Amino acid sequence: MSDIPFPASAEAIRRQREDPHRLGHRGHGREPVPGAGHGQTGPASKRIIVGYGFWIFLLSDIVIFSCFFAAYAVLQGQTAGGPTARQIVDTTRVAWETTFLLASSFTCGLSFAATNAKNLLWTQVFLALTGLLGLGFVGLELQEFLELAAAGATPQRSAFLTAFYSLVGCHGLHVSVGGLWLATMMAQLQVKGFRHEIMHRLICFNLFWHALDIVWVAIFSVVYLMGSIS
Amino acid sequence: MFGKLSLSAIPLSQPIPLITSLAVMAILIGVLVLVTVKGWWPYLWKEWITSVDHKRIGVMYVLLGVVMLIRGFADAIMMRTQQAMAIGAQGYLPPEHYNQIFSAHGTIMILFGAMPLVLGFMNFLVPLQLGVRDVAFPTFNSVGFWLTASGAFLVNVSLFVGEFARTGWLPYPPLSEVGYSPGVGVDYYLWAVQISGVGTLITGINIVTTVLKMRCPGMSYLRMPVFTWTALASCLLIIAVFPILTATLAMLTLDRYLGFHFFTNDAGGSPMMFMNLIWAWGHPEVYILVLPAFGIYSEIFPTFSGKPLFGYRSMVAATLFICIVSMMVWLHHFFTMGAGPAVNTFFGIASSVIAVGTGVKIYNWIFTMYGGRVRMEVPMLWSLGFIFTFVIGGLTGVLLAIPPADFLTHNSMFLVAHFHNVIVGGVVFAIFAGLEFWFPKAFGFRLHEGLGKAAFWFAFVGFWVTFAPLYVLGLEGMTRRLQHINIEEWRPMLYVSVVGVAILIVGVVAQVAQLVVSIRDREKLRDVTGDPWDGRSLEWATPSPPPFFNFAVLPNVEGEEAYWGIKQRAIETQQMSPEPRYRPIEMPINSPVGIYTAFFASVFGFAMIWHIWWLAILALVAAFAGFVVFAWRDVHEFEVPAEEVAQADRARRASREAALARMAAAEGTPEGAGA
Ligand code: HEM
Ligand SMILES: [Cu+2]
Repeated sequence: MSDIPFPASAEAIRRQREDPHRLGHRGHGREPVPGAGHGQTGPASKRIIVGYGFWIFLLSDIVIFSCFFAAYAVLQGQTAGGPTARQIVDTTRVAWETTFLLASSFTCGLSFAATNAKNLLWTQVFLALTGLLGLGFVGLELQEFLELAAAGATPQRSAFLTAFYSLVGCHGLHVSVGGLWLATMMAQLQVKGFRHEIMHRLICFNLFWHALDIVWVAIFSVVYLMGSIS
Repeated sequence: MFGKLSLSAIPLSQPIPLITSLAVMAILIGVLVLVTVKGWWPYLWKEWITSVDHKRIGVMYVLLGVVMLIRGFADAIMMRTQQAMAIGAQGYLPPEHYNQIFSAHGTIMILFGAMPLVLGFMNFLVPLQLGVRDVAFPTFNSVGFWLTASGAFLVNVSLFVGEFARTGWLPYPPLSEVGYSPGVGVDYYLWAVQISGVGTLITGINIVTTVLKMRCPGMSYLRMPVFTWTALASCLLIIAVFPILTATLAMLTLDRYLGFHFFTNDAGGSPMMFMNLIWAWGHPEVYILVLPAFGIYSEIFPTFSGKPLFGYRSMVAATLFICIVSMMVWLHHFFTMGAGPAVNTFFGIASSVIAVGTGVKIYNWIFTMYGGRVRMEVPMLWSLGFIFTFVIGGLTGVLLAIPPADFLTHNSMFLVAHFHNVIVGGVVFAIFAGLEFWFPKAFGFRLHEGLGKAAFWFAFVGFWVTFAPLYVLGLEGMTRRLQHINIEEWRPMLYVSVVGVAILIVGVVAQVAQLVVSIRDREKLRDVTGDPWDGRSLEWATPSPPPFFNFAVLPNVEGEEAYWGIKQRAIETQQMSPEPRYRPIEMPINSPVGIYTAFFASVFGFAMIWHIWWLAILALVAAFAGFVVFAWRDVHEFEVPAEEVAQADRARRASREAALARMAAAEGTPEGAGA
């Protein structure tokens, strides 16, 4: 392609093309280090890659929640004459919801302990418990939404209620989808046993479920606790 | 049954969209018929559509991006001609059609043109430059691409069925709320962007995991090529800000579909919140595009100067600096909305500080050329054109970042000129430079040089003739997005600008001609060594095109500029490293899950746009069923036998050895050699 003549010997080419001023290259990385340099030993194992990738996905999911939190913070006072946070919080129900969700996180952790011990029965039992507790949580939340809506406090009523329903509902949606995932995986586990890829998925599911727990703690504090005293 | 969809949605009374639709459909049907008649379906299905090879997916991304760039360019031609014809007159476009055109132009160019191109380069290059065989999640990679394609598909459907948004490329409420935009235009925007946004996020996660967890032995962070660094920075931004876009569009969707009050004027909603959220994504988005472009230039300048990149470490530092600061400047997009002097000052200074990081890069590129042996080939021309164009764009950007000055130029043609300066001069030039540079790697032959040079010069001159007048018009007070013009003084500059577009068209034609001619002459332009430009990073160590497993044996990197070191050693000692012991390789199997997901995503999006609820539910159920079937798959990988690997690699070694011998005989051809 280029027809610029080059100097005679390969050695001369090499010298020519080297950075004649050696600026901006403080020796680092230039001297060949024999063997695999800098302690990098090549690609990580599949298990680490999968867990890592899923962890990054969870971070991005947390960003979505942050946006809904921000919207809630901005719109909290915009009740447009409708009910305020204080008027819609039912502390007993929220206490039960929290109990269910935290307990489900605990059973989820137990299921993973059973997985590590390669015990199919207990893994399934604890996964089922996790799912049931999650279902209880979603049920209570649904009940809350329906009661509020029946009392006229629909998300269309005011910007505050819009933000409330969306933030809490976004979390509820995550729990429901998690439940669907859980059911699929239990079936898979039953049929296929502890294979590599199923173990990877169980790790991811655990991460997901615990992350939802953390988000709920934030919702509990920001929406319900602060709402009940405001 | 069909929701809001009826026959009246097809624009039978408007000649322009109707004729365009018919023409596009004719071309589409023609292609489909051709593929069927020639019996290419099995090949396309097996080798491309269901492929999980990062190189194939990268090429498909680039193809999608190029097609959409041309579509967006067609919109641009219509806008420039309309404005030139509508000075004190009607012009040929009705106002509501004109509004759809500028909205579609912005949306398509940024989200479905530039974005797929940039993602395509990252997909193609990152594993090659890191010396590994694939990205972290190959199947998801395919899903990501097909979701982007699904979004692009929906945008183009709006041309045939219904209408597109008339709200600009960012649908500001309350204009985009149901009360002011009752049609389906905004819904097309929402679902298309939402679906492709998910695809982008998948790619972001994929690339970050690949870079952080999958480098070949010896590839420490400070030995990674700068392109890989910028891809990492860009994908970190994707992970940080695309979820904001998802959430924001979800809120607007809830407002439109269920009567929520996030951004409405009544019941306490806050349109201002939309501005903050959308620009918290929108500003970093331009850096998601421009950082990999900087990476492309950082590969081209050293290669065509025959010198290592000047200030490698400061380049990396500047990349990360820009990555972080770009998230702290979003408010400069609404200085004029009354946030107050303190807030405006903070964001003004933060915006200008980015110019420092960019300045470091510009100086590094210039010093890379200094004292080097500069070869003026096509990629280098684009890169030099970039430096000139981008510096001016950056300077006008700093001007806009000074709040008092912005009050005069906000939403004027001056702004339009500024961001085209940076986005065309920065991103689009990089894409063309990169296409020219890596085309031989992807397809095994080079592009015709003369036509490439012609394309550059027409595009460069055309660009300046088009946009320089817009600076003048902006300073004369012309605002953006005008359908009709009633100030006679603007006529000359508007005419000059149209002439510029005509020159640009010639550039596009030259570009297409270059591709056609090169395909015709491919035997003559064949790249036999795999290293046509005397390259420096690991992708040039593979044959062109690389085998699907990239590297027979993962390289062992012993310094900066991995391939350059290996090559120099081979030239010095006049021999290649000893043949390695070949082992069988595990590679992921093809999967139709990407196209399957995208199909149902498109159906779902279309159903939601037209309020066909049953179809939307059906699509969701089908998508879940597909997920289960996919998860049930037993075989994920297949083994490439050691003999096949050895065979491919011996061919590569033979061609390198031949090049080495040729070089010794001629004592100094710059064509590649070594292994
Ligand atoms: C040198 C650094 C830069 C500075 C200081 C800067 C500053 C600004 C400012 C202040 C605005 C808002 C002007 C107004 O609305 O009145 C703006 C708009 C814009 N900039 Fe930049 N910018 C820079 C780099 C970039 C880059 C690299 C890109 C793209 C790759 C870009 C793309 C855009 C776009 C698309 C808009 C239009 C937004 C709209 O539709 O209103 N800018 N820039
Ligand atoms: Cu900005």
